[in-house]
Amino acid sequence: MSSNKLEEYLVEKGLFLTAIFSIIIILIIIAFIFREGFPIFQEYGVLNFIFGMNWAPSDEQYGVFTMIVGSLCITGLSLLMAVPLSILCAIFMAEIAPKTFRKILKPTIETLAGIPSVVYGFFGLIVLVPLVRVQFGGTGFSMLTASIILTIMILPTIISVSEDALRSVPHEYKEASLALGATQWQTIKNVIFPAAIPGVITAIILGMGRAVGETLAVIMVAGNVTQIPNSILDPVRALTSNIALEMGYATGVHYNALFGTAIVLFIMIMVLLVIANYFHYKKKVVIGGGYL
Amino acid sequence: MDSKVKLGIIIILIIIGAYFLFKPGVQYDRIEIAGSTSVQPVAEKLAEKYMEKHPNVKINVQGGGSGMGIRTAQQGIVDIGTSSKKLKDNEKDGLQDFVIGTDGIVIALNTENNVTDLSTEQLRDIFSGKITNWKEVGGPDATIHVIVRESGSGTLSSFKSLVMKKTNITSDAIVQGSTEAVKQAIKQDPYAIGFVSLSHMSSDVKAIEVDGITPSETTIADGSYPLQVPFLFLTKGDPKGITKDFIDWVFSAEGQAIIREEKIVPAIANVSDDT
Amino acid sequence: MQTVFWASGIITVIILLVIIGYILIKGLPAINLEFLLAEPIDSGESGGIAPMIVSSIYVTLVAGIVAAPLGVGAAVYLAEYAGENKVVKLIRFGAETLASIPSIVFGLFGLSFFVIFLGMGWSLFAGGLVLALMALPTIFQVAEVSIEAVPRSYREGSLALGATKWETIYRVVLPAAIPGITTGVILGLARAISEAAAIMFVVGSALSMPISIFDPGRPLPLHLYVLATEGISMENAFGTAAVMVILILIITVVTNTLVERYQKKMMGR
Repeated sequence: MSSNKLEEYLVEKGLFLTAIFSIIIILIIIAFIFREGFPIFQEYGVLNFIFGMNWAPSDEQYGVFTMIVGSLCITGLSLLMAVPLSILCAIFMAEIAPKTFRKILKPTIETLAGIPSVVYGFFGLIVLVPLVRVQFGGTGFSMLTASIILTIMILPTIISVSEDALRSVPHEYKEASLALGATQWQTIKNVIFPAAIPGVITAIILGMGRAVGETLAVIMVAGNVTQIPNSILDPVRALTSNIALEMGYATGVHYNALFGTAIVLFIMIMVLLVIANYFHYKKKVVIGGGYL
Repeated sequence: MDSKVKLGIIIILIIIGAYFLFKPGVQYDRIEIAGSTSVQPVAEKLAEKYMEKHPNVKINVQGGGSGMGIRTAQQGIVDIGTSSKKLKDNEKDGLQDFVIGTDGIVIALNTENNVTDLSTEQLRDIFSGKITNWKEVGGPDATIHVIVRESGSGTLSSFKSLVMKKTNITSDAIVQGSTEAVKQAIKQDPYAIGFVSLSHMSSDVKAIEVDGITPSETTIADGSYPLQVPFLFLTKGDPKGITKDFIDWVFSAEGQAIIREEKIVPAIANVSDDT
Repeated sequence: MQTVFWASGIITVIILLVIIGYILIKGLPAINLEFLLAEPIDSGESGGIAPMIVSSIYVTLVAGIVAAPLGVGAAVYLAEYAGENKVVKLIRFGAETLASIPSIVFGLFGLSFFVIFLGMGWSLFAGGLVLALMALPTIFQVAEVSIEAVPRSYREGSLALGATKWETIYRVVLPAAIPGITTGVILGLARAISEAAAIMFVVGSALSMPISIFDPGRPLPLHLYVLATEGISMENAFGTAAVMVILILIITVVTNTLVERYQKKMMGR
């Protein structure tokens, strides 16, 4: 019996270690980014850096505000397009689609998650940019083009995770609802979907993370101009693009400024996560979980 | 029993696999090269040919950008850093630079565009946003879409110092992160203008004359084509051992011939007569 | 309402078909046996991609072996052991942050931490570790959702029969959650196997065939990136992309089939 207890104890501690591993990694990454990025805040001033409108490393101007706006706009617009489409599609796959349809769709969607972003970038550059230019005018390099590409890129993540969440809602829930005379749509709307909400939100957070962090594809289609966009057809530069574009060349203060960009990105992501989590936990309490 | 046998087989397979995975590689002399993505293809080709002749040497060429080349060479992390821009004085800091060849910057237009020649002044006005319509330089009545490379790119900084002088590039310019992205952007937009290096030119886009001179190996070698970019190898202090041997070989007739194959003008101009 | 669902399903299918079709149409002509089995010539302008396939397999293996146990372990701890306390919130928040860190930042971190600070040098092993960090949160998050979704009655049944908590998890909860865990691992590794920006500065980008995981190498996405962005050969770039699509398609189909069989077996008992 005591050996059992020891085993239980060791297992729990071991699992705890794996659980805090990601925090340790985050701390190391934060320490490293701050070490490299902090000098820019000292030299250039935090407010000047965050709210500065001009980014011109050759003239020693390091303001990232236009990129903060750029990142937020691209991410927001792509979530606006991706979330409804992918949730509907997930419900379709989990509850409505014929089994064979699902059997084909699921591996295809998972494959899409594995296509390198460079490929999406070139697809956007060669196919979407001309399309947007001809349809809407401008250069074709725009917030809209970038958002469309991101939408396509995050669809698989959101669909596949929320579909799993929907399918893991216990059958009893569904059967009980149907037995009470609810229609299929009522059952989905009032029983299955609410029960799957935590998983769906995880899916959206994962998708959002990928959208904010995406670099190589966005660089190729967003135009990377450092200005506040007036319309969705204006080119924008995302924070990630700024790092990826210039990191290869930067030395000295410019190098610190790019790590400063990473810090801003980091903080922005944390704020977005806090907001998303607020809804996440609120819902979780309502549903209750299968905790031991 | 059956499952135990299976388990045994799996374990044995894993052990064999692990042995191969973790077995330390054959000991090679290594040369690490990192830096400019424009220099990367030619450096790789040089490495490939050098390794054919010296099978006990492994040369590792990676991209990262000119800044990465300069930094990692300074820190002594790589044996050779590469750069496609001249070093600023504050970047030199104990680095020895070797010009292995010279590339040109080509002004590229869409093949449908009928403009064939622009002066340096016109280029400056176009890229600074003073000229915004193609008809002002003899082209169609359409807005010019300016495409540039990212800040810090070797090609951009050379373009700036050669064409723009003190003038700033227009803030409306679309920024693309690589040579091929610039080319593809120009290829699909009839009103775009951009610049790529001569070694990367292809028939997808149209090269125009600058100040009446066609970009080519000859016009770069004789210095008449105005837009030139050096390809640099950087070492911390004087190169030693196998690195020195490699750099010496790059400057030999054989090495320079490979550089010329890549459409880059070799550092030793009369290399074919030299041998 | 039915029509809306069908429409969204069909729109998604069309998007998928366009993307996959685009890659295959552009890429398939470049693929032949030589392309798959030969080493690249002239930095990939001609020749094949065999070393890149091997490099990709190595980094993905390292990433999977490191990330899967860590991710699943963390998910089990959070779902089964920890209540809703501050530490748990922090862990979950940490994982979400990790998931949102841009790949390029991972790349810089990998260079300065694994390659330089820990002195691993440019190697597939270091690249695999960076990819493991990237795959970790996806595996963890998806696994946690699927473990939590295992009905409470399963656990109660097992505990009532006298099993310890760990036995219950190991024999009842985990097997029931396997399909979701597999999805998580596939999604996480799919992101890892297709990542170029994160390993650009870490794997060393050598063109020759890697022998051990401590050799430098150039996984498929990185090769694709260099081929495409430097304009070395668009044909071979799309060929490489098509090979990746086919590889990932095979992996997902095989794992999905295995999961399904497994599910049937579980139901049968």
